[in-house]
Amino acid sequence: MGKRDRLSGNEAVAIAMRQINPDVMPAFPITPSTEIPQYFSSFVANGQVDTEFIPVESEHSAMSAAIGAEAAGARTLTATSSCGMALMWEELYVAASNRLPIALALVNRALSGPININCDHSDSMGARDAGWIQIYAENNQEAYDNFIQAYPIAENAKVRLPIMICQDGFITSHAVENIELLEDKEVQAFVGDYTPEHYLLNQKETMAVGPYAVSNYYMEAKKQHAQAMTNAKQIVLEVAKKFAEISGREYGLFEEYRLEDAEYAMVIIGSAAGTAKDAVDALREKGVKAGLLKIRLFRPFPAEEIAQALSHAKVVAIMDRAESLSSQGGPLGSEVMAALYRARSQVLAVNYIYGLGGRDVRVDQVAEVFGQLEKDAAAGKIADAYRYLGLRE
Amino acid sequence: MDLHKLGETCGWQELTEGMQIYQGGTSAEFATGEWTAVKPEFIEADCTQCLLCVPVCPDSAIPVKDKKRGNFDYNHCKGCGICVNACHAGAIKMEGVK
Amino acid sequence: MGYNFKETMNKPERLAGGHRMCAGCGGTIAARNVLRGLHEGDRAVIGNATGCMEVSTFMYPYTAWEDSYIHNAFENAGATLSGVETAYRVLKKRGKIDETYKFITFGGDGGTYDIGLQSLSGAMERNHDMVYVCYDNGAYMNTGIQRSSATPMYANTTTTPVGSESNGKPQNRKDLAAIIAEHDVPYVAQTTFWKNFKDLHVKSEKAIYTEGAAFLNIMAPCPRGWQYPTADIMEICRLGVETNYWPLFEVEQGKWTLNYEPKKKLPIEDFLIKQGRFKHLFKKENEYLIGEFQKEVDRRWEDLVYRCSR
Repeated sequence: MGKRDRLSGNEAVAIAMRQINPDVMPAFPITPSTEIPQYFSSFVANGQVDTEFIPVESEHSAMSAAIGAEAAGARTLTATSSCGMALMWEELYVAASNRLPIALALVNRALSGPININCDHSDSMGARDAGWIQIYAENNQEAYDNFIQAYPIAENAKVRLPIMICQDGFITSHAVENIELLEDKEVQAFVGDYTPEHYLLNQKETMAVGPYAVSNYYMEAKKQHAQAMTNAKQIVLEVAKKFAEISGREYGLFEEYRLEDAEYAMVIIGSAAGTAKDAVDALREKGVKAGLLKIRLFRPFPAEEIAQALSHAKVVAIMDRAESLSSQGGPLGSEVMAALYRARSQVLAVNYIYGLGGRDVRVDQVAEVFGQLEKDAAAGKIADAYRYLGLRE
Repeated sequence: MDLHKLGETCGWQELTEGMQIYQGGTSAEFATGEWTAVKPEFIEADCTQCLLCVPVCPDSAIPVKDKKRGNFDYNHCKGCGICVNACHAGAIKMEGVK
Repeated sequence: MGYNFKETMNKPERLAGGHRMCAGCGGTIAARNVLRGLHEGDRAVIGNATGCMEVSTFMYPYTAWEDSYIHNAFENAGATLSGVETAYRVLKKRGKIDETYKFITFGGDGGTYDIGLQSLSGAMERNHDMVYVCYDNGAYMNTGIQRSSATPMYANTTTTPVGSESNGKPQNRKDLAAIIAEHDVPYVAQTTFWKNFKDLHVKSEKAIYTEGAAFLNIMAPCPRGWQYPTADIMEICRLGVETNYWPLFEVEQGKWTLNYEPKKKLPIEDFLIKQGRFKHLFKKENEYLIGEFQKEVDRRWEDLVYRCSR
């Protein structure tokens, strides 16, 4: 069974990679994910893995080489953050549309400009339509556990899509926390050998990847991709169930924290969920029925389940650590509100932008949001559904 | 794999995953020879089998077997005429070239 | 590595007909003849930058390539194939494959000289065991004849159009083969379609079978962009070589070698006059530009001769 340790989120993910012992890792450094390829390079240098590390000259080439390697039949992963992911943009789409189950450790960081090295979710949220599975972590343990589950989800025959395992830059990537690691053998047995059906270096067949597709094919290709994404939800749950069997740690599409009877709910992604839980606990002690829904799986988006979980609330605050600059709020706000509308939900909803560029979120600020929700519920309507938290006027 | 099932009217479930193709040289089934009415003519009696016309063809339309060329593959020849100029024996003729 | 022409022509074709390249295209002449450099029995994975060649040779579900093939995007053929080549080394090390594979990628001058230069430079510097082949037709032909950094000076292109204030492209082409040679890779060569293709074949075979990164720069005329009758491609290439516009050379482990020196160098106008893209140079008032072009060709030739003499 597992062993206890104290690790940063970056080191924990690097250890997961070592335990998986993939075939190829192309990577380019960028704060705050740099430590991941650094740790991994030391594993290569010390013979702890027999992976080939490609020290590429850019993130664009990191994803390009990952696509080449994965198409060739190699289990491939990389790591990046922020502008590194932005430089990969075009390639994210190519990886997904070619149905290549690459794993990407994303350490979330704000996109430029202005340049800023701290956490927000603008990088991965910007890539939300690229056709990658996205899973988010609250803490180091989740980042590690999610990475171990990445390939069994991505490589599943019903899915075959690339997967992004996200954690919050510096907040979890650099903070050292207690963690429980699986034994190497347990991880290897759980992840298994990579045996793709079709690949460029398959001696039994010739294969061509990356065609030009005329209009008569393009929509059908997108529908096929969309179906794989739809299929992924069930596979994420199946893999989580198997993971619980070896780890004792249970995961779903999202985590519900004191949500069952909550009148005032908050939907949040990532490390700020920990802060929000503290606020919920404090409010509960005062008799306020506060609750939390922490998104784990963002792509595919579990809209029905979220709407169902929120159906008993009076009002919900949807917390976005990314601006979409649409004049309407953030991406999570749009998605959750769309989910509520589709479910014909009567829940009032408001969207908060918080934590951009590493702005701290404190327990008292989260409590303030809940206080505002109580007022909104009393008023019976939302006057302004697009708010900022922690902004100086 | 059956290329005919992958025609432009096929449904999305019938497409190969990720639009991958598991066979080489499938373009041979596409007749680019229809692009032109002007075609080179191979006069076998005059051919010295020097094969200088072979590497210059952009369309792989001059088949070689046992170090001898055969007649043009008119399914794929686009009538560019490069081979006409490559032939020193006058064994390839085409309207508008030379 | 000897060259038996008939044996070479007798090899199985590795690029099938039925691709959609224009009639008379130099790009596929380059590809077919490079692939003949592969030894029979050896397998290959072919890479391809986005461009005419890619959209024409792999239009779903029709691939012209008899070998496994990957197209990724415009600017990353170098990085993509370095991923494939690395996968090969790992899978071989792990006992998952036993056959010999070679890695060859094709890009036009747009994907190679310009948008893909960084990716190419990275792949060359890391010395992946692969060959990058540039089929250089001196402009972005796929999008409709826009200038590239490979376009020769004064050429009329759709982004350097000749007009009352313009005589075509103001700058001369950059020397990419020299730039890649300065990466100190094991093998770099420049060639074109020349006589019985011995030069191109021998260089392709060397590039493919030299361990480490290799780069081939092949002048591959485009009848549409250069504006000449399709049947004339071999004559255009001959004039490119005989005027010293396109010298044939190779750089092996840093040693430069000139492969051909014209006994009687032809004036550059012999090359230019065959091509509609230089038509404006032959107006009376523009004759001095031909002189300028000649000076540039001579200057570069002398520089090359100097490099090869060391």
